[in-house]
Amino acid sequence: MTKFPEDPETERKRIIKQRNLILGGLLGAMVVLFYFISIARIGG
Amino acid sequence: MTAASQSAPALPTDWRDFFALTKPRVMSLVIFTGLCGLLAAPVPVNPVLGFTAILCIAVGAGGSAALNMWWEADLDAQMKRTAARPLPAGRMAPESARDFGLVLSFFSVLMMAVGVGYLAAAVLAFSIFYYAVIYTIWLKPRTPQNIVIGGGAGAFPPMIGWIAATGDITLMPILLFAIIFFWTPPHFWALALFVETDYAKAGIPMMPVVAGRHSTRRQILVYAVLLVPLAMLPFWIAGAGVVYGASALVLSAIFLVLALRVAVFRQGVGETDMGPEKRLFAFSVFYLFALFAALVADRWIMGPYA
Repeated sequence: MTKFPEDPETERKRIIKQRNLILGGLLGAMVVLFYFISIARIGG
Repeated sequence: MTAASQSAPALPTDWRDFFALTKPRVMSLVIFTGLCGLLAAPVPVNPVLGFTAILCIAVGAGGSAALNMWWEADLDAQMKRTAARPLPAGRMAPESARDFGLVLSFFSVLMMAVGVGYLAAAVLAFSIFYYAVIYTIWLKPRTPQNIVIGGGAGAFPPMIGWIAATGDITLMPILLFAIIFFWTPPHFWALALFVETDYAKAGIPMMPVVAGRHSTRRQILVYAVLLVPLAMLPFWIAGAGVVYGASALVLSAIFLVLALRVAVFRQGVGETDMGPEKRLFAFSVFYLFALFAALVADRWIMGPYA
């Protein structure tokens, strides 16, 4: 099946959505990591 | 800056291009050696703090790699091997790469200081400065000894890993640093010998371009000879046990034989035949992985030493 090129606006939205998802995921992971770092350091 | 890198990209930069800025393949070696430094240290490490230390080393390496790509976009555009990188290919604005590198570098040092320790954070900060400024901006375009100096940047991860675990600088982490420092020139010069034309085109004063192939091969041999006793030193000072000592002896001997074939015994091999150089380069990658793996295996099998 022929794959037609994506509309620039659609592609723009897709790229931004992907970037936001990754950034959000990374920030969430940082929160979890800082939580565990705090526990580890308090635990000595 | 090239015309391609100056024009603003029509679409926002894909996350894969940001990831590519961190030089993931180099990062895998950085993570490995950093982890080995951490695991070979003679103290138990909290898994969360150990993970944080390795993450910071990796993010710091990624940040300095992004700064390196930002600074060298013009040179990268002239070499076939690097022309498809995000900046020379025009898929990213230079400012984005610079800011990305700065944010990663700053964040890695901050997290190391808060989560692991100030000494490890200070050495990490210095390693980023060393790679991004001393090596990339200052010395790489100015001296054919650039690879020798650049070796210092790649030599920091196991040292930082060790310091993150122990909170102290002793002779062992300095030896780990020295091993990578002396391993780097023969590793990269072997590569530079068979991609010589590309470096010459970009005007980078790599040793084969400036001093010629004969001199480069001789210098490869000098570093390979020095690497033998240096790799054995952790065993001789009782910083590692017999598992490491035997592995280091065998691996360094093979490294030396391959370097001798590059520099001295080239009978039946033409001047332009780069077979010996390719074999030395391939083995040098294995050498470093195997040597550091042996150090960790030794620590687990024989127990702590230094």
